[in-house]
Amino acid sequence: MEEIASLMQGFAVVLTPFNLLLMLVGILLGVIIGVLPGLGGANGVAILLPLTFSMPPTSAIIMLSCIYWGALFGGAITSILFNIPGEPWSVATTFDGHPMAQKGKADEALTAAFTSSFVGAMVAVIVITFLAPLVASFALQFGPAEFFAVQFLTFASFIGMGRGSPFKTLASMCLGFALASVGLDNVTGQLRMTFGFESLLNGFVFLVAVIGLFGIGEILSSMEEGLSFSGAQAKIRMNAVLQTWKRFPRLWFTFLRSCVIGCWMGITPGGATPASFMSYGLAKQFSKNSSNFGKGEIEGVVAPETAAHAAGTSALLPMITLGIPGSPTAAVLLGGLMIWGLQPGPMLFIEQPDFVWGLIASMYLGNVVGLMIILTCVPLFAAILRIPFSIIAPIILVICAVGAYTVNNSMFDVWMMVVFGVVGYVFVKLGYPLPPLVLALVLGDMAEGSFRQAMLLSQGDLSIFFSNWLVSSIMGLGLILLFWPGIRMLIAFAKPKPQHA
Amino acid sequence: MKDEPLEGSKSNQKFFEETKKELEMRKLNKALTVACGLAAALAMTAPPALAWEPTKAVTFVIPAGTGGGADQMARFIQGVVSKHKLMDQPIVVINKSGGAGAEGFLEVKNSKGDPHKIIITLSNLFTTPLSTGTPFSWKDLTPVAMLALDQFILWVPADAPYNTAKEYVEAVKAGADRQYKMGGTGSKQEDQIITVAIERQTGGKKFTYVPFQGGGTVAVQLVGKHINSSVNNPIEAVQHWKSGALKPLCIFDSKRSTYNEKVTSDKAWSDIPTCMEAGLPVEYQMLRGIFMPGGVTEDQVKFYVDLFQKVRETQEWKDFMKNGAFNQTFMSGEEFKKWVENAEKVHYDLMKEAGFLAAGK
Repeated sequence: MEEIASLMQGFAVVLTPFNLLLMLVGILLGVIIGVLPGLGGANGVAILLPLTFSMPPTSAIIMLSCIYWGALFGGAITSILFNIPGEPWSVATTFDGHPMAQKGKADEALTAAFTSSFVGAMVAVIVITFLAPLVASFALQFGPAEFFAVQFLTFASFIGMGRGSPFKTLASMCLGFALASVGLDNVTGQLRMTFGFESLLNGFVFLVAVIGLFGIGEILSSMEEGLSFSGAQAKIRMNAVLQTWKRFPRLWFTFLRSCVIGCWMGITPGGATPASFMSYGLAKQFSKNSSNFGKGEIEGVVAPETAAHAAGTSALLPMITLGIPGSPTAAVLLGGLMIWGLQPGPMLFIEQPDFVWGLIASMYLGNVVGLMIILTCVPLFAAILRIPFSIIAPIILVICAVGAYTVNNSMFDVWMMVVFGVVGYVFVKLGYPLPPLVLALVLGDMAEGSFRQAMLLSQGDLSIFFSNWLVSSIMGLGLILLFWPGIRMLIAFAKPKPQHA
Repeated sequence: MKDEPLEGSKSNQKFFEETKKELEMRKLNKALTVACGLAAALAMTAPPALAWEPTKAVTFVIPAGTGGGADQMARFIQGVVSKHKLMDQPIVVINKSGGAGAEGFLEVKNSKGDPHKIIITLSNLFTTPLSTGTPFSWKDLTPVAMLALDQFILWVPADAPYNTAKEYVEAVKAGADRQYKMGGTGSKQEDQIITVAIERQTGGKKFTYVPFQGGGTVAVQLVGKHINSSVNNPIEAVQHWKSGALKPLCIFDSKRSTYNEKVTSDKAWSDIPTCMEAGLPVEYQMLRGIFMPGGVTEDQVKFYVDLFQKVRETQEWKDFMKNGAFNQTFMSGEEFKKWVENAEKVHYDLMKEAGFLAAGK
């Protein structure tokens, strides 16, 4: 096969000591960047981009994409240990990852997160290797209506999230939508709900809100519980990795489903964050242990992490083949490509085969190297939880504050983080679920944009959402999922119960 | 270190005048007491400002998000400056994209007198205050230099039935109102302004303008035929031109592009007719320029003008310009200021006509 030959050639390009060293450096830097909330892959890559101008383009992209892999891995660490998502796509990982850590199973949660990240990324790379041209033409079919359908599907698959009152879920989601609409409205070019405050020009930044709601809220809750840190009884088990791996074969379907969701969302490009939410939502809907979700279910870690990585990795495909970035980090890498004199787009595979196949080969190697590095550190990370709360809490606070500041270099964001922290604490106390708010905040903007673009295209005719097989099937799927709890009840009702039969 | 503190005839003249004044002052000083004289002489003979140089890291503000055209150029400049060591202090690039770039401009406006801050501009320097009413104008800033002008090209899918801008305009004229869909970046910004300018020629038929987040997305939406045309910058659509998915109809410049190297198998940028000659009298280019906060000294501005001159001389910059088919006009000083003044007026008129102005503008 032609692809395999090209890939082997790619490996030949990558396997030089210099490139391998860059790979290692990139992964380590990436993990650090991923751990620090707010710094994020996009910022990290942007900061380091100018440093790579003196390198050959292939080496440069290897290092930068390894930073990206590292950041994808690293984002899970703080989510699980401290309930602080280092990256937007690790928010869904906190839902079950952190409860696992509180039960003293931090090492299991970390292993599950890292391994599923690896699986997701690998599947995505394989897709990129063999299906690139096919997939690229598929992505072209996505117009605003299709994008909205995908976003609608994400909301629909997540609707089963709220364990408590559906009204509380709705209230929380509406607050998220309201917050998401602050700032510049891209469709009319007008400022909305800024009330003349310059600080609100940028709207409410998702990361700042999340750091506050989850991270600071968690610290406030812990303080109330008498400064005890519930992860303190974490045992350090050296064989945790193997123990966790043993449980994976059972979860093969979760892996598969999450990979499909991730690859699809990365390519279209919907992004890693919606992918992780959608995957978590679906896993919860269809899991046998549905009731255990949110309390420390390993499937709840596997699903979002696999999907986020599959999406994060496959997001590079539309970047290479079409020149559209599938994620903010891909956007920065895209800028890098142009600076090195390479123009991303359909011709890159033909004009620069060494570069493209070198990059793809580095995806394989980078993820293997990354997994090895990060798994050896699991006991170390888990041990962090043994540090007394009174010492670790101020450190977390400082990291959160620095993170919030870094997002936009603005002190206002740090205060916003504190406010969101209090909101998060109050929400938890009153039994309002946070995930719908977060989901609405991150997706509300995008969904609104796509919806209004679609409406512009169709002159206000809603039938555009059912105008071809692609958009109709996604919308149909979304509608089924939206009413799934009801449908399931109906099915149960219609089916004669075995004991009566 | 050179003995002559300043270079350039203007500055030299100033230096001589100052020295003359100093000598006169010194004569007077002789009459004064020794102690007094010494102190005064010391104060007066203090070296009259060596050419200014940054003493700490320079913040380079981008009033747009990561990955866009302005972002790419700023980060490219950062890379070139550090690679060729054109400056002793590092450049720190930050994105302040809130409110269509208003956040970035306000930051620079509020840093009056700070010579360690520069900002790269795109058309939002004019469009954002006019359409959102955010309180800033280029007059709050100090114009440093025009680096280049970014071109706009009218693109349609390669298999579209029209081959010239004229034919396309005729098709729009013949179609139903709002039947043709024009995609663009953002709302009430350059792409939509050009669209409105084209609508002057379509006999009252309007486009349906669909705003997207970025130029790359617009190009892909056009390839996927979700829209009928776009006014993408060359760099955003060139790959789709090469691959045979899109074709250019005309370039919105007064002259054809100067790059005559073949881009596709048989066409070069210079083969694209200007919209004027293609029968669509519309002209628009986007400023890629550098500004500083208000209240900075001439020396400080001169430092940055020189710096960007050096950047422009590098091979990397030349390649970068060629890849994006930029119009390489360079301006600084009064000439640049005049250009900006004029450009603001052009934007004001176009936006007024389109009804894009915020209340009170």
